[in-house]
Amino acid sequence: MNDADQIEVTMETVDGTTILRPKGEIDLSRAPSLRTQINAAQKTKPAKLIIDLGHVPYMDSSGVATLVEAMQIARRSGTRIILCAMQERVQSIFEIARLDMVFTIVGSSDDALAV
Amino acid sequence: MPEDAREPDVRLELYSQPRLLAGARALISNIAQRIGFNEILCGQISLAIDEALCNIINHGYERRTDGRIWVGIWALSNDPPGLRIVIEDEARQVDPATIQSRDLDDVRPGGLGVYLIQEIMDQVKYERRPHKGMRLTMVKRLPADADRPAAPAAKLNPEMRSR
Repeated sequence: MNDADQIEVTMETVDGTTILRPKGEIDLSRAPSLRTQINAAQKTKPAKLIIDLGHVPYMDSSGVATLVEAMQIARRSGTRIILCAMQERVQSIFEIARLDMVFTIVGSSDDALAV
Repeated sequence: MPEDAREPDVRLELYSQPRLLAGARALISNIAQRIGFNEILCGQISLAIDEALCNIINHGYERRTDGRIWVGIWALSNDPPGLRIVIEDEARQVDPATIQSRDLDDVRPGGLGVYLIQEIMDQVKYERRPHKGMRLTMVKRLPADADRPAAPAAKLNPEMRSR
């Protein structure tokens, strides 16, 4: 995996909640990097894991699969996973795949902290 | 001459490498925008092409990075205007009847690509190429309520044609 395949993800912890903020397009090339960083965050077993997608202008089914996998791991470990700040194009793929009914999706990271 | 009988307006040739997907997406999205598709539909069309290319890379070439992929793009001017996209490869051949989308109630990672392509595009056809590889033909027409450009769908600049 070269640098172009890495996705920048910042992590913040607030009162037992972990917030991940990936930045950039998530596709087949970058999904493995996102998976690695989400898995690392999940190993700490936070009560709540917020994934802020406000800086993700594009996501394909590889990215969606990464989030579905994260949700399944979260369920097993008792972590609540929340997606927030989705851009319209990204929201569109969740709606087509009917995953907007499976994930908890809110408007902002503040909304996600309050849920 | 029927629109599907002429040479493509744009032809892109790329290796089966995931890092090249972003360039292919940008090209398709820009052409779709010029034809008059709104931002959401441009994103969905480029997603469908991305998913088709991902399937070729993952399943056809089994992640080999030296496989060849050809993308032909036609700007359709018939009413309503639209796009015809043909993707060809030299990868493993499969029976087109076995290419099916999965049950969405089975929530699991992976397997969404074919479903997304079929949901987004108006026409989708998989077939074997005569000697080796597969061909995927997709058509998307402007919906009646789309944000139409002020001018009729532009014929692409001949300089954009490439082989």
